Amino acid sequence: MNEASSFSQQAEAHPEIAARFPDLHPAFDRQAALAESNRCLYCFDAPCTGACPTHIDVPAFIKKIASGNLAGSARTILDANILGASCSRACPVDVLCEGACVMHRYNKQPIEIARLQRFAVDALYASGAPLPFAPAPDTGKQVALVGSGPASLACAAELRRRGIRATIYEAGTLPGGLNTYGIAEYKLPFAESLREIDMLAQLGVDFRFNTRVDATMLAELERTHDAVFLGMGLGAIHKLGIAGEQLDGVTNALDFIAGYKSGAILSAPPRVAVIGAGNTAIDAANASVRLGAAEVHMVYRRGPEKMSAFDFEYAHAREEGVKFLWHVQPVSIRGSGRVESLDLVRLLASEDNSLVPQPNSEFTLAVDLIILAIGQSTHADFLVGNDTASMKLKLERGRILIDRVTGQTSNPKFFSGGDCTNGGREVVDAVADGKRAGIGIAAWLEAQHAHK
Amino acid sequence: MSTPKPTLQTAFCGIKCPNPFWLASAPPSNCGEQVMRAFDAGWGGAVWKTIGEPITNVSSRYSSIDWDGRRMMGLNNIELISDRPIEVNLQEIAEVKRRYPNNAVIASLMVESKRESWHEIVQRAEGAGADGLELNFGCPHGMSERGMGSAVGQVPEYAERITAWVKEKARTPVIVKLTPNITDIRATARAAKRAGADALSAINTINSITGIDLDTLEPNPNVDGLSSHGGYCGPAVKPIALNMVHQVMSDAASALPLSGIGGVGSWRDAVEFILLGCGTVQVCTAVMHYGYRIVEDMGDGMLQWMASKGYNTIDDFRGLSIAKVRDWKDLNLNFKIVARIHEDLCIGCQLCYTACWDGAHQCIHLDRASAAPDTTRTPAQVAAESSRRISMTPIPKLDLGSAGVSNATTPLERIPRVDEDHCVGCNLCSLVCPVENCITMERIDTGLAPETWAERTVSGRAPAVEVMNTNG
Repeated sequence: MNEASSFSQQAEAHPEIAARFPDLHPAFDRQAALAESNRCLYCFDAPCTGACPTHIDVPAFIKKIASGNLAGSARTILDANILGASCSRACPVDVLCEGACVMHRYNKQPIEIARLQRFAVDALYASGAPLPFAPAPDTGKQVALVGSGPASLACAAELRRRGIRATIYEAGTLPGGLNTYGIAEYKLPFAESLREIDMLAQLGVDFRFNTRVDATMLAELERTHDAVFLGMGLGAIHKLGIAGEQLDGVTNALDFIAGYKSGAILSAPPRVAVIGAGNTAIDAANASVRLGAAEVHMVYRRGPEKMSAFDFEYAHAREEGVKFLWHVQPVSIRGSGRVESLDLVRLLASEDNSLVPQPNSEFTLAVDLIILAIGQSTHADFLVGNDTASMKLKLERGRILIDRVTGQTSNPKFFSGGDCTNGGREVVDAVADGKRAGIGIAAWLEAQHAHK
Repeated sequence: MSTPKPTLQTAFCGIKCPNPFWLASAPPSNCGEQVMRAFDAGWGGAVWKTIGEPITNVSSRYSSIDWDGRRMMGLNNIELISDRPIEVNLQEIAEVKRRYPNNAVIASLMVESKRESWHEIVQRAEGAGADGLELNFGCPHGMSERGMGSAVGQVPEYAERITAWVKEKARTPVIVKLTPNITDIRATARAAKRAGADALSAINTINSITGIDLDTLEPNPNVDGLSSHGGYCGPAVKPIALNMVHQVMSDAASALPLSGIGGVGSWRDAVEFILLGCGTVQVCTAVMHYGYRIVEDMGDGMLQWMASKGYNTIDDFRGLSIAKVRDWKDLNLNFKIVARIHEDLCIGCQLCYTACWDGAHQCIHLDRASAAPDTTRTPAQVAAESSRRISMTPIPKLDLGSAGVSNATTPLERIPRVDEDHCVGCNLCSLVCPVENCITMERIDTGLAPETWAERTVSGRAPAVEVMNTNG
């Protein structure tokens, strides 16, 4: 990829979206970063580093901010996490580094690690300096990576730093997967994700867009490459399986979020119902509010104590004005041509903890848009539907089974990481998986070479 | 019977003042308008910015040391004595004394080393109504190149001669201000005392270069691309000042009423100087940083402390710590303390662990979660184990049965353990620990009677060594 075709230049932020989704956590300026960096105790074997799936040496990069070594700070971050900029914005730090900060037990004010991390990496961008890593001399080895999300990107970066050629196959037109299309815009703007990939691409990663890998192509990749990394994430969002689901005005959270982030959706109708109570559901609900919806309901079968969204996300949704309908279940969707209403029934928890509809509790919610956010299916059919014996990979509940240390699957030539192996976690988990797999692939190729 | 209320009123070598907090001879006491505002704020006295033949100053003049985000831990200056005519300064002293008869006004003086010059300035200062005279034998920059300031203070004979000249004329108390830029501050203190000085003040600023601009390679403060060594003061110099104060006050040939100077910024600092024998303290940097208003807490805090300790006047506690600083040979070798980490307070930063391993005696270990004590595991091994650990974002839906992260309590494996058998009681862990009282140093009964090195040498159980007498 050359400069002229930089990804971020291909996708300017839509001004309407930029205005409606300003930074939830504004950037630190230099003075604020300095003051905050000086609060860090510089723990030994720091819990923040341990809590980070990519094990960024947090005290080290914070100390470098304090000492005025911003380039070194960014290098420390990116060395451990090549998507350190995205993660500084997208990570649920309350349950990761900042959640682990010892300051919780000191003065109840954890170090703002994410904002410091963003400050350091942004400073690197602002300086115009290149990525502080170069590819190692070419080994002649080549690896195909399926999907261009954070797992593949992180894996590719590790491979390039070890002189292994990396070709990423992406079904869409832009790289980044959910990092580009799936993170709430007030956390990680569309263009920021692409800007980070522009920088990563300096390592000489080869991207093949509009290329959906099916079983046949996968067999071809296996034949033509020394190893294959599977980082295609999860599949489509589940359907409810109720009447009216095919109506206009019924969508899913991933399409809705990708739509507004890419500027294809600029407004939401007045009344929106989001089905589900995970983090993605919250992102969709908050986005609906910001896109102009007057009344946004989240609909969930259980109570708030059971919702899978993080506590801070739930709190944020309440701040945004989202309303919640607990212990209810969609029965049918009605409308002539377009969605007009959603029929719901109240649920009771039975003794065995299963949910039972409460008799005569049906009610109707008038809605203009229904957004489904009830989890993604797996996307591994093309792996097992193949005749080639060598291609068969062990799955577990649809997820690819890997050795967590090396990312290697039951087929030694195949490695994997990210949502397709962990069931759907965070960007940073995918980066950690990809990084381990990149190192794992390099070690495996090295061992193969040694045996020959 | 009502308990008497503590008072800060005091007298320093006969000079009465409402409290022992004086402005040091420096920019905060440059003119009458400033000194009167300072007295309004509550300062007990002021040593006027040094009066002498007016000089020409450079710009810039100050530079400082910042530390971990805090400004001015140490301040450096290359400003000279007053740049105002002697007559103007003296007129303003007279004006201040007329308006503030109860506050102490001391004239700091520096003139060329001639008997007549000193006689003349002494007479003029006293004529203006100064309560006392401070002889500036300490200014370490600029003036010293002209044979004044520390050029005098560094040569005891010069200091003695000039002090004697001053005493020939002076009717008010004469205070000699000592420079720390000398091998042994007592040499000048003794010279001043021999010459009849009524009191001393210490310390003046310390020779310093505060830093160099890494872009221009030019040191600070920058005067058209060049710099010059200056005088260092502020919080950073307090320990040095306290030691020199102790040296003077524990030496009979030096000891006189002493006005303590060097890093005083709070009532706590002031109490420490007084505990080592000072009668007043002088403040500059803290005022230059925060203004005259700091004196309110200095007085308030000291009175609260005095009340809690049952002291009614500062003389009640002045000098009480002098005898508690001794030669090393007089310390009890059989006194043993060990560090104790209070688990309930530990936040798990492990700074004590890394400090003990890398900076002390390798007797703090991370083995509370191990089956048995393990004193062989090194910091590198600890770090390596952590780097191999795979952690994931906790997702309640995916991590069934996980209680989620709790940061309310410190995990046992992060709470270090002190190997008390090997702990040497150095204090380092308790010094680096960010939590108050989390690491305490506990006395261990060795069962041995107190014994000092001096006693050991006398008893023949340690070799006596011929030492040069460095104490005069």
